[in-house]
Amino acid sequence: MVRYVANKFFFMLVSLFILISATFFLMKAIPGDPFTSEKKVPPAIQERLYEQYGLDKPVIQQYVKYLGDIVQGDFGISMKMINQDVSKIIGQTFSASLKLGVVAIVVAVIVGVALGMLAALYHRRLIDNVAMVLAVLGIAVPSFVVASLLQYVFASKLHWLPTMGFKGPLYYVLPVAALTAQPIAFIARLTRSSMLEVLHADYIKTAKAKGLSWMAILFRHVIRNGIMPVVTYLGPMTANIVTGSVVIEQIFGIGGIGKQFVQAISVRDYPLIMGITIFYGILLMLARFVTDIAYVFVDPRIKLTKGKEG
Amino acid sequence: MDTNSIKVMTTPADLTPDDFRKIGTDEKEAEVIQRESISAWRDAWQRLRSNKMAMTALVVLLLITITAFVGPLISKWVHGYNYYSNDLLNTNKGPSATHWFGTDDLGRDMWVRTWKGTQISLLVGFAAACIDLFIGVIYGGIMGYFGGRVDEIMNKFSEILYSIPYLLVTILLLVVMEPSLGTIILALTITGWINMSWIVRGEIMQLKNREFVLASRSMGAGSGRLLFRHLLPNAVGPIIVTVTLSVPNAIFAEAFLSFLGLGVQAPIASLGSMINDALTGWLYYPWRMLFPAIVISLTMLAFNIFGDGLRDALDPKLKK
Repeated sequence: MVRYVANKFFFMLVSLFILISATFFLMKAIPGDPFTSEKKVPPAIQERLYEQYGLDKPVIQQYVKYLGDIVQGDFGISMKMINQDVSKIIGQTFSASLKLGVVAIVVAVIVGVALGMLAALYHRRLIDNVAMVLAVLGIAVPSFVVASLLQYVFASKLHWLPTMGFKGPLYYVLPVAALTAQPIAFIARLTRSSMLEVLHADYIKTAKAKGLSWMAILFRHVIRNGIMPVVTYLGPMTANIVTGSVVIEQIFGIGGIGKQFVQAISVRDYPLIMGITIFYGILLMLARFVTDIAYVFVDPRIKLTKGKEG
Repeated sequence: MDTNSIKVMTTPADLTPDDFRKIGTDEKEAEVIQRESISAWRDAWQRLRSNKMAMTALVVLLLITITAFVGPLISKWVHGYNYYSNDLLNTNKGPSATHWFGTDDLGRDMWVRTWKGTQISLLVGFAAACIDLFIGVIYGGIMGYFGGRVDEIMNKFSEILYSIPYLLVTILLLVVMEPSLGTIILALTITGWINMSWIVRGEIMQLKNREFVLASRSMGAGSGRLLFRHLLPNAVGPIIVTVTLSVPNAIFAEAFLSFLGLGVQAPIASLGSMINDALTGWLYYPWRMLFPAIVISLTMLAFNIFGDGLRDALDPKLKK
């Protein structure tokens, strides 16, 4: 078990290292440097600037310094926002994204599992069909289309909910709905198929035969076993919601990290792009790592086989 | 059916002594296949044909593809404009007889642009899927076929690559390489092939210990022949399904990149970049977003449903 965790952790570190290195060298591959496009600057000032940003040193040295800085949580200084630390910008904008993301993950899991359960319990009946049509739509319709539609109908036409901004509970409804449409659809499908399998398993028959109440069977056996595959999806789902939030934040004007990312890309603020990319990378790989570990704890069958391997 | 086959369908009343004949003791003759054999492909096609959802999706896909190419031509004949001709007196106009889908902020016709955009989106989707297919099949084939050390190292490599969130890599590449149709497709495939390679690897691993492979090997077939003549053709079902499902993913990814300003650049438009352009005035000029959004949603929906149907048809074992 310890070995399994250590293995996964090491794996995560390697992936992160590669991402950081790739980011660094790709950015170095862009012709010119931050100061070439500015208007003519006296050589002395140019040199001074280079020195200040460490650009006068060889690339390898810069690379090592960059790695060291990142380990200490320092992502450098933004190029377009004068004298703003990238890590500070990330820190400031992260809270809005975090709130949105956490709410979205919780909503997605609860609604998705509930929908999938209903569909499985009422297999081949109206609820099942409706849920599965919704699921197919949710998977196929891109989140930005969902977001725009919701915004148009509920905010612009019906005036039930605010169009833009992020100031109170009501402001969460539309972005969260748009962000979770796809994960909910996915979770509902996963839950449904695994619950259907569980419902036909022998141990459910045994439970019935020994006279357990339907509620007890449902909560003690069906749900616990049925939501197992959902745990594996938590990692990919986090990735989905994080990348989705980039677009959703833009549409709903939420001042989160995603919106910052889009801005950074549009003005080519390289240190900020690098910083947010690596930050996202760390976040998503951590989510993956946690999922991998969580799965072993939730499903004892995995523990046995993996234990034998490692 | 060939001439000497037994009339299995006849009722007892129609039977005459001529219908009966001695087969004899010749085993070869006894084992002659009497009915037309149904190939795996025909079998799959029959299953697919009976799946109404999948067939509807296929028809929708064909319609979208055909309209994407014919639609702009119709406008050219009827109204005489193409996707970049603008009419600055009629900007942001709603759907009308001359502009079926309305006009955009530069007075360009949305009908023509929507279908041009569909062409580009489909092109990106198919091109990315084809490259994924090419790399994935070769990489996965080698992993699965050779196994052991080779497999371990190659698999670790693909796992590490896969664990890096692909949109981040794609974004990075496009920031560096300046987006164009070619670089977008390249960036989308940089990690897109991994899924395909795993599918192929799994299939090959299952197949390579089967008797027909042993038979071919015992007759002196080399690795290349085994892999390309025997193993891969038998894995073609899951490969086709994966390709079908990876097309909408690429289309979606391109649309997503458009939101970051990293999609195809003007004057070319994709469905995604059109939706992004429409975003600013969307509450006032909904048709500018509505039509591309409908087309992209329909396309992705149809691809997903068709892909699911294909999987059921090609691999009945998986069907629930």
